[in-house]
This record gives sequence, C-alpha cells and structure tokens, in this order.
Amino acid sequence: MMIEVDNLKKSFGTNEVLKNINLSVEKQEVVVVIGPSGSGKSTLLRCINLLETTTSGHIRIEGVDITDKKADINKIREDVGMVFQQFNLFPHMTVLDNIMLAPIKVKKVPKARAEEKARELLGKVGLADKAGAYPDSLSGGQKQRIAIARALAMEPKMMLFDEPTSALDPEMVGEVLDVMKQLAKDGMTMVVVTHEMGFAREVGDRVIFMDGGYIVEENEPNELFSHPHEQRTISFLSKVL
Amino acid sequence: MQSVIHLITSYLPFFWSGTLLTIAFSLSGVVFGTILGLGICFGKMLNNKYLRFPFICYITFFRGTPLFVQILLVHFGLVPLILGQSNGIVAGIVALSLNEAAYIAEVFRAGIQSIDGGQTEAARSLGMSQRQAMRYIVLPQAVRRVLPPMGNEFISLIKDSSLVSAIAAPELTYWAQAMGAQYSIVWTPYLTISFIYLILTLTMSFFVSFLERRMATK
Ligand SMILES: Nc1ncnc2c1ncn2[C@@H]1O[C@H](COP(=O)(O)OP(=O)(O)O)[C@@H](O)[C@H]1O
Ligand SMILES: [Mg+2]
Repeated sequence: MMIEVDNLKKSFGTNEVLKNINLSVEKQEVVVVIGPSGSGKSTLLRCINLLETTTSGHIRIEGVDITDKKADINKIREDVGMVFQQFNLFPHMTVLDNIMLAPIKVKKVPKARAEEKARELLGKVGLADKAGAYPDSLSGGQKQRIAIARALAMEPKMMLFDEPTSALDPEMVGEVLDVMKQLAKDGMTMVVVTHEMGFAREVGDRVIFMDGGYIVEENEPNELFSHPHEQRTISFLSKVL
Repeated sequence: MQSVIHLITSYLPFFWSGTLLTIAFSLSGVVFGTILGLGICFGKMLNNKYLRFPFICYITFFRGTPLFVQILLVHFGLVPLILGQSNGIVAGIVALSLNEAAYIAEVFRAGIQSIDGGQTEAARSLGMSQRQAMRYIVLPQAVRRVLPPMGNEFISLIKDSSLVSAIAAPELTYWAQAMGAQYSIVWTPYLTISFIYLILTLTMSFFVSFLERRMATK
C-alpha cells in the first residue's frame, strides 16, 4: 500500500475539517478526489504531505507512520511530490534552476546530472525551450507544467495534485491534463483533487466524493458518475456534470 | 562673500575629517546594524514565546525611546562600564548600530512575512528543510523587497548620526558647532554641513536605486 489513512481527524481550532477519514491508495493507482469547496480536500492532501499537523489518526506512506513524532519529515516529503493550484514556482530563479534546486540541495545530485535530468523533464512536459526563462514570463499552463516537472525531478514515488487546473484559463487546462495523463500512463501513483470530471473518467481508477469533512462515497469513476448512491453525491454531481 | 569663502576654507580640513567620521558612523551603523538586525529578526520569529521575548523587548526599547537618550546611555553608561573610560567614537558607533538593528530587524521581518506562504510550502514539499527553504527561497526574495525600506533607514541613519556631536564625537555637526562658537556665526557653518549632508544622503539614495535596478533585471 502506498498511502494508508486511518481514522484521520483534523481541526483548526474548534472547526473540525476532517472527520474520520479512511483511505488507502495502492501503487500505481490514480485516485481522484471531488467535492464541494470547503469539504476538506486540500486539507486531506496537505495532511498527507505533512504541510498540516494531524489532530488524531494515522497516515502511513509505504508502511511508515508519518504522524509519528520521530518520523523524518523531510525524507518522507522527498518521496511525495505535490502540485499546487497556484503553481508556487520560485520567481527569482530560471525554470531550469526551479527544477534543479531541490535535487542538488536535498539529494546532493551533482549539478551536471541534475541539469541533464531537468532538461529531460522539460522535454517531457513540452517546454524544452523554456529552460532559461523566468516564471513571470510564462502562461499559467506553462507554469503548471514546470511545477509538475519540478516535483518529478525529486523522483517521487507518488504525486499529490491540488486542483492543478483551477487557476488556469480554459484553453490551457488541456495541456496540463495531458501531462498528468501521460504520468498516469507511466505508472505514477497519484491523488488528484480536481473538478475535471472528464479526467476522472478517463484516468481515474477510483473517485472519492468528499463533503463536510467525510468521505461520503467512493467507487470506480463510471459507477460513481452513473449510479451514485448517496443523496449528497447525487446533488453534487447534478451541479457539475 | 569673500570672508565667507575664507572662513569655510579655513575650516575645510575639519569639515573634511568630520565628513569622513560621519561616513564612518553611518557605514558602521549600516554594517553592524544589518548583521545584528538580521539576528534579532530571526530571534523575534522563533516559535517558542519565551525565547522570542528578549528580542521583542530589544526592538520595543530601541524603537520606543529617543535615539539621543540611547546615545547618552551608551556614552555615559555602557562604554565606561566595558572600557573603563568614555570614548565618543566607540559610543557613537555602538549606539547607532544598536538602534539601527532594531529598525532593520522590523524591516526584514516585514519583508520575510510578505513572501507568500506557498513559496515555503513548495520548498518543503520538495524535501527542503525549514532552513533551506529560508535560505534559498524566502530570503533571496525578501532581500529584493526590503531594499527600498532599508535604503530609507540608511538615509535616516546618516542624518541621525549628527546627534553624536553631543558626546563630542568630532563628526560634521560637531565641527559646525565649533566653527559657529569660534566666530559667533550661525548661517555659514550650518548651511555648509547641510549641503554636505545632502550630498551624502543623495549619494545613498542613488546607490540604493542602482542596486534595486540591478536586482530587478536579474
Ligand atoms: N489554515 C487554516 N486555518 C483555519 N481553517 C482552515 C485552514 N485551512 C482550511 N481551513 C478550513 O477548512 C475547511 C476545509 O478547507 P479545504 O481543505 O481547503 O477545503 P477544499 O479544498 O475542499 O475546498 C474550510 O472550512 C476552511 O475554511
Ligand atoms: Mg482546496
């Protein structure tokens, strides 16, 4: 099992945002998380990547309990790539440096090797010509593809995507989804929060519907979209499909 | 007019050495104030509120009391306590640096906190430690952002250094007072040093905007 979440609870002050989440993700599985705004999707991803401390429950990554106080957080994060809605590229560095920085500083990869790898990844996301550009000069779609390449440069075992296309102009959504589809085809384990139901149908192995801090329903995409069981799922899907 | 020029000429060596000392005060204030200020800034951002407390006190004291009083405290209190005797130049450098550090600390803290939290999160999600994220991601961006307010602090520092004339540190204002007393005149000495201060502060602002432009293109 790549990711196992057991009875996870997370509160901000008195506001309980995640209420008893149980979830497991297998190697090479693509899990799509959907649900209304405020339902706790981002918080769930951020807990898995330890950007938030959990209130109770356990999260295991490849069997290692990351909620354990003694866990080596930085080491775990190396294996878990994250892509943010707002890209979060480093604006003071070129695209190439954005991608190379973490492998060089964290993994101590020699610079020449890191650059070779970075250029290869740039080719993979279709932006080989942008190596020397600064993030500000790129379109949203290009930024997000760079952000994906940057996460991949650490050779993570799994990738978390938090609404990767929600900040993009509609005409740029496709280019980012294409990169993600290719990644899924290559066997990457992925958890994707998205509103792109077409993507969920095409590459998702499983879709999870969250509402009010609970996982309300989960099933394989076609089942969930055509035969939802829960009333809350039905009413959500009627709005987005 | 001729007598005015004559007077200024006769005091020129003093104005010259006074200018050098004013520059020395300002530069040491900039250098020591920045180093110390950075340390205090990180101290104030510590997570533990007991460890943070002394740094907050430091900033509150130095920003909340008059610089002139601080200069007197350092000159008549701190420096004799440590050196065994008073020394206007040492006291001036120490007082200006301590004071400057408090302001620089706040400027830096505002700069660091103005960097979007997503930057640190992205760095951390790539496996960087808190320290690496600060060093490679946050600080380089913060430095660019704090350059203009730092420049303003440095310009204030040049002007504020005139206060150390009161503890007989022979910088510009000290010599203007000496000249005024010797010849019983007012306008000539003070307008002369005003002119020199202007040159110093304008040079500083040109230098800062030069740095800003250089960093913007990088
Ligand atoms: N850092 C935080 N502090 C306080 N409340 C938060 C914080 N982050 C999220 N929340 C709250 O948690 C709830 C779930 O947020 P989020 O996980 O972002 O939902 P989603 O991604 O599904 O839209 C919301 O009510 C939000 O206001
Ligand atoms: Mg969200």
